[in-house]
Amino acid sequence: MIQIAIFLVIGLSILGFVAGRGRASAFSKGRTAAAVRPHSRPNHHGAHVLLWALIPALLVVASSMALVPALVNDAVLSSLPVAQQPQSQMDRAALLEEVRAIASGQSMGGFIEASQSLVPAYKVANTKFNGIAAALAVLVAVIGGLFGFSKVRPDFRARTRVERLTMTVLFMASLIAILTTIGIVGSLLFESIRFFGMVSPVEFLFGTHWSPQMSSSGAAAGSYGAIPLFWGTVFIGAIIAMIVAIPFGLMSAIYLTQYAAPKVRSWLKPILELLAGVPTVVYGYFAALTIAPPLRDFAVSIGITGASSESALAAGLVMGVMIIPFVSSMADDSIAAVPQAMRDGSLAMGATPSETIKRVLIPAALPGIVGGVLLAVSRAIGETMIVVMAAGLAANLTANPFASVTTVTTQIVQLMTGDTEFDSPKTLAAFALGLVLFLVTLALNIIALRVVKKYREAYD
Amino acid sequence: MSNTESASTLKMTARNVDIFYGEKQAINNVSIDVSMEHVTAFIGPSGCGKSTFLRTLNRMNDTISSARVTGDIRLDGHDIYAPDMDVVQLRARVGMVFQKPNPFPKSIYENIAYGPRIHGLATGKSEMDEIVEKSLRRAGLWDEVKDRLADSGTALSGGQQQRLCIARAIAVDPEVILMDEPCSALDPIATAKIEELIHELRGRYAMVIVTHNMQQAARVSQRTAFFHLGTLVEYGETSDIFTNPREEKTKDYITGRYG
Ligand SMILES: Nc1ncnc2c1ncn2[C@@H]1O[C@H](COP(=O)(O)OP(=O)(O)O)[C@@H](O)[C@H]1O
Ligand SMILES: [Mg+2]
Repeated sequence: MIQIAIFLVIGLSILGFVAGRGRASAFSKGRTAAAVRPHSRPNHHGAHVLLWALIPALLVVASSMALVPALVNDAVLSSLPVAQQPQSQMDRAALLEEVRAIASGQSMGGFIEASQSLVPAYKVANTKFNGIAAALAVLVAVIGGLFGFSKVRPDFRARTRVERLTMTVLFMASLIAILTTIGIVGSLLFESIRFFGMVSPVEFLFGTHWSPQMSSSGAAAGSYGAIPLFWGTVFIGAIIAMIVAIPFGLMSAIYLTQYAAPKVRSWLKPILELLAGVPTVVYGYFAALTIAPPLRDFAVSIGITGASSESALAAGLVMGVMIIPFVSSMADDSIAAVPQAMRDGSLAMGATPSETIKRVLIPAALPGIVGGVLLAVSRAIGETMIVVMAAGLAANLTANPFASVTTVTTQIVQLMTGDTEFDSPKTLAAFALGLVLFLVTLALNIIALRVVKKYREAYD
Repeated sequence: MSNTESASTLKMTARNVDIFYGEKQAINNVSIDVSMEHVTAFIGPSGCGKSTFLRTLNRMNDTISSARVTGDIRLDGHDIYAPDMDVVQLRARVGMVFQKPNPFPKSIYENIAYGPRIHGLATGKSEMDEIVEKSLRRAGLWDEVKDRLADSGTALSGGQQQRLCIARAIAVDPEVILMDEPCSALDPIATAKIEELIHELRGRYAMVIVTHNMQQAARVSQRTAFFHLGTLVEYGETSDIFTNPREEKTKDYITGRYG
């Protein structure tokens, strides 16, 4: 019913557009030299009529979707004799749910006796209220369309209105991401504050013992020291991964910008960028199944103690490879942004291309490269799949790369999967970890963007 | 005129030079001499190939992959396009100053020290200090920057930057300095300083200056080459070119009838 109404409303809107445009083109064609030049073009008038037909009707549809179920429920319940009405909110909800399921054919019979008998009443109420809503929507579309159509006059400023509305819509679209982020931060903050009510922030930020599994809710002392997690995150994401990603990313950027023939560059660069699109879970498999076992065997063979089949090194190496395209493309942009004049100036002094790269291009591009590396670090420490699959769960505070370490993201996953109670410190700890991760990433991004921006201005 | 030049002061000779960018010919059969005692000016309308020709004199065109040069260009009698010519050495001997000042984003000191360092001209700090001071003095910039050698070269004014670039070129002790419209981005006062500098440097270095400013060519040069559409229309003593041009086209150009 409502679906048909929506189709009708859309149809009416299109009709309104065609009619409005037709009327507007009639007067804009027919005008004499002396007549005023119409402010808006026929398409604007058409769009104005369309919006009048469409938007109020869609609002009716939207509000009916919110209202109709409640109205139907009331009708169904009131059809029961007062004595038989379920008393608790929960019973009522269960009953109504069953009635709905039977009426829509999803279920054959119910556990509650009354449900079967209420089905006819449900169907009647449903049809009635949906019918009213649908009729109302179509009516509003017709009225809106006619109103919009009545506005089609040469001196009417349809364009201004249409553009203002378009702008509003675009503005709201841009707000959605921001508002969502604010909401996320809000919930992170809220839950973190609850967590810090149970576990002291000092203990959390500076404690070195992490074993949330051991604590039953309430008794949290001594097991929420997140330093091993922070260390594991930094060890994998900011140290091992960067030891791989920075040199290789930089070298590939230098090759691509300075040495590669245009033809080579034209296929190598897209391939590199494509790598950035490989799902991280694929890298995770690779790290856990292909890299980690030989690394452990190697460590064992040279007698390193504490070698594990889940290791910081395996996760860090693969993460580094994953980040290479990212570093490379940031460095590529920065090097390419160094004016050709710098390069020419150096070459004209008799510097070789490699001297020019080393002594002029890289120093000049350094802020951009540093910014890129900071962004890469912020990506690496937020990366989840690879570390979940390859780094392990043991909260070791160790500098042995062959040992298993755990990271902030791994622990968040760990804390949030399985049975979770939303008021135990164990679950809330995930929010606190998330908050720390969010703040660190945010800070890294802000610094990186500042650095990059400052440097870009230098050449304008 | 080239045939009156004594052989000893001839620094560079170009004979029957053609230059192509891909299929397109940018320079057609140009022959020119660069002498030690004269400043040579290249004039001509925009796009006629002045920069292209200038850049072949120190093989900067090598950096453009589509560029191709034929003909014979010699520095002290040695073919600079011969296989045994080391382009790094060539560019140390034939320096270049660009249209837009392009100091490196390093300190003033490091800008000057850059060339001597890569060519290994100084063995110690004091020797490098000497080179830096000497180069800045020759470029007429020493008094203005001696107290702030550690400041960034890019923080100087446009005219100072351009003199810094000249000092940078001087620092590697070149024999020839090529200048491609070195004043086109500068105000009249900075321009006058550069012109004065060119006067002072004359004789010590062979100099070629590309300019679109006819008065400038008349002021700073003793030889002028007028290019048009990739060909060398007229080449001779600056005073002749400006007062008594042989070619109708030259006359039209210098009197501003086109260009
Ligand atoms: N890198 C290049 N690739 C292709 N054509 C070029 C290049 N540089 C210059 N040209 C062409 O060569 C001709 C001469 O240019 P140029 O030497 O810059 O002239 P000028 O310095 O006299 O203004 C112009 O037609 C120009 O379009
Ligand atoms: Mg030019």
